[in-house]
Amino acid sequence: MDTPRSQPPNGDAALLSLRQVQMRFVQPVDLAGRIANLFGAGLKTQTVHAVSEVDLDVAAGEVIGIVGESGCGKSTLGRMAAGIMRPTDGAIHYRGRNVAGLPPAQRREYELGVQMIFQDPYASLNPRMRVADIIGEAPVAHGLVARRQRTEYVAETMRQVGLDASYAQRYPHQFSGGQRQRIGIARALALKPSVIVCDEAVAALDVSIQAQVLNLFERLRADLNLTYLFISHNLAVVSHISDRVAIMYLGRIVELASAQDVFARANHPYTQALLKELPTLATGRRQYQPIRGELPSPLAPPSGCAFHPRCPHAMPRCKTERPLLRRIAPGHISACHLNDAP
Amino acid sequence: MDTVIEREPAAGADTVLEVHGLKTYFHTRAGVVKAVDGVDLRLSRGEILGLVGESGSGKSITGFSLMGLLDEPGRIVDGEVRFAGEDLRQASPERWRALRGADIAMIFQDPMMTLNPVLRVDTQMIETVLAHHPVGRAEARRRALQTLTMVGIPAPEERLRAYPHQLSGGMRQRVAIAIALLNKPRLIVADEPTTALDVTIQGQILYEMQNLCRDTGTALIWITHDLAVVAGLADRVAVMYAGRVVETGATADVIGRPLHPYTHGLIASIPTPQTRGHALAQIPGMTPSLLNLPQGCAFRNRCPRATQACTVAPEPVEHRPAHWVRCWHAGEP
Repeated sequence: MDTPRSQPPNGDAALLSLRQVQMRFVQPVDLAGRIANLFGAGLKTQTVHAVSEVDLDVAAGEVIGIVGESGCGKSTLGRMAAGIMRPTDGAIHYRGRNVAGLPPAQRREYELGVQMIFQDPYASLNPRMRVADIIGEAPVAHGLVARRQRTEYVAETMRQVGLDASYAQRYPHQFSGGQRQRIGIARALALKPSVIVCDEAVAALDVSIQAQVLNLFERLRADLNLTYLFISHNLAVVSHISDRVAIMYLGRIVELASAQDVFARANHPYTQALLKELPTLATGRRQYQPIRGELPSPLAPPSGCAFHPRCPHAMPRCKTERPLLRRIAPGHISACHLNDAP
Repeated sequence: MDTVIEREPAAGADTVLEVHGLKTYFHTRAGVVKAVDGVDLRLSRGEILGLVGESGSGKSITGFSLMGLLDEPGRIVDGEVRFAGEDLRQASPERWRALRGADIAMIFQDPMMTLNPVLRVDTQMIETVLAHHPVGRAEARRRALQTLTMVGIPAPEERLRAYPHQLSGGMRQRVAIAIALLNKPRLIVADEPTTALDVTIQGQILYEMQNLCRDTGTALIWITHDLAVVAGLADRVAVMYAGRVVETGATADVIGRPLHPYTHGLIASIPTPQTRGHALAQIPGMTPSLLNLPQGCAFRNRCPRATQACTVAPEPVEHRPAHWVRCWHAGEP
C-alpha cells in the first residue's frame, strides 16, 4: 500500500514507530441476543474501529501532539503505544524492533521504557498507598533500584517534579490536583523511561496549575532527553508543547505536520474547523461559526471520508471514496480530496 | 456598552440582579471558611457576565448563593441580593420554589448528574413547564419542542422521547440548557457548562447562548475558570480570587488591559501557539486554603508586586471608568 509514512524530520532514527496499527473492539451477540435472534431480532456482532491504519514515527527527543474530539481513538492509540493494549492488527516498533516478537527481557525494556501519565489525578493514584509506595514500588520490583536505596530514590524523584520530599509518607488525598498530577509524573519518571505517553495530562487542572505542569514537562524533557506523546483535545496546549501535531478523526490520522504548519497552513477542513473553535483571548463579541453536528458513532462510520457529513467543502466523491494520507509539503501530510483538485 | 448606566447607583428598570457585599461563610469544625467574602455584582437585561476564577475561588458558591442552593453548613451571613428589585435574602422557601426554574435558572457542569436518568426528556421538560404555568400537557410539550429546536437540537421530536443516557454529552448539555430556558427566565446562572465538552461542541453552545441572550433579553452569569471562553462571549468580566472579586470591568478592558497582578498571571499562563518554545509565565504557589488566608490581600504571597502595604486589605478602586480593581499596585503589566 502506498501510504506515505510520517517520517520524523531528522530521518530514520525513530524511537517508537507504529505501522498500520488497528484496534477493533468486538462485542459478540450475547446469549439473550442469540435467543432474541431466534425470534427474528436480527442482532449482529458489533465492531468498533477505535483506531484504523495509523502510521506514526516518533523520533528520540521529539514531542508529538495527538489532537481530536472525544471518541476519535486518541487515548486508544496512546495505550497501544504504551503497551497497555495490544493492537488487533499492525505492528509497533521500539528502537527498531517489533515489540510483538520480543524475548521477555527486551519486552520488559520496552514496557519500562514507555510510561504513561493519565488524565485524572484523582482516579489514577491508589488512594490506599502512600506516595513513597506509589513512586517507589515499581523501580524496586523491576530491580532498577536496590530496596535500601528506595527512600533516597523516591525523595530525589519527588524533588525532580517539584514536590517536597518530606511528604513521601502522605496519601494522595492529602494533595491538591496539581500536586497529584506531579505524583503521577514522578511515578512514570521513576522507571527512567525514554518515552512518556501523556493522556490529557493537564486537562483536569486550573490554568495557573496547568502552566506550572506544562513548564515541568518542558524542563524534564530538556533535563532527561525525554520523548512525549502528548494526547489532548486542546489544540492550544498541544501547540505550545509539541514539535509535530497529528489530528485524528474517527480512528484515523487526517493531518500531520509540524506545530507551526498546523497553525499557519492547516490543510484538512477538520483541522481548520478545530482552529476556528479554539477559544482565544481576542475580545469583542465573537461570531462563533461552529462545526455542525457531532462526531459520528464509530459503530457506523460514514462512508467515504468520515468527515464529509460535517465538512463545508464536501463533494460527491467524498461520500464514496476515502481519501488517503498524501504528502502535500515536506513533513506535512493530509487526507483530503480537495488536494487532488487541479 | 454604555458606562454611565454602569455607575448609576439606583436600580434602573433594566437591572436584573444587584448584589452588594455578599458574604457566604461555611462554619466548619476546622474554622470559618469565607468562601464568598464581599462580592458585588450587577447585571442588566440581556447582559452576559463572565465570572472567572480557579478552583476554590468561590465562583461556584457565589452562583449557588444567588440561586438559594447553599448546603449546610454554608450560609449567607451578610450582604444584599436583589433580583428585579426583590430582596432574595428575605425570600421564603415557597417563594424560592416559585422563582427557581421560572425567573432564575441554573445550568450545571455535568448534565449527566442534573438530568434524571430514569425519566424521558419530555417528562422532565413538561414537568418544568407545569410546575410554573397553568397550561395543559399538550401546550407544555409544544413549548418543550420549541425550546429544544431553539438550542439547536436536530430531530427534537425524537430527542423528546429519549432518555438522557441515549444522548451524547453535548446533546445532554443542550437539553439542560433548554430546560433552563423553558420558562423564559430573566437570569441564568451557568456553572462551567462547557468544561466537560469538546472544543467543537463548546463552540456550538457558546454560539447558541450568545444568540439566545441577544434574542430573549435573558441576563447570563457564565462561571468558568477559562478566561479564553468568556473573552468572546461576555460583555463584562469579574475575576475572583479567594472569595473576592479582584478585578471587574468590560471584557475588552479586563482582558486587553488588565490591572490586577492576578489577572496578569492568569492571562500569561494560557498556552498559545505563540508561547511555543518558551516557558509559560506561571503564578508561583497555589490557591491558598480559605481557612487560613494571609492577612490583608489574599494574593500577596504569590504576587510579584507585593509590598508592606499589602498587609492591609485593599478596597476596590475605579481605576478607569467602570473598571474596578482591588489592589494597591494596580497597573498594566
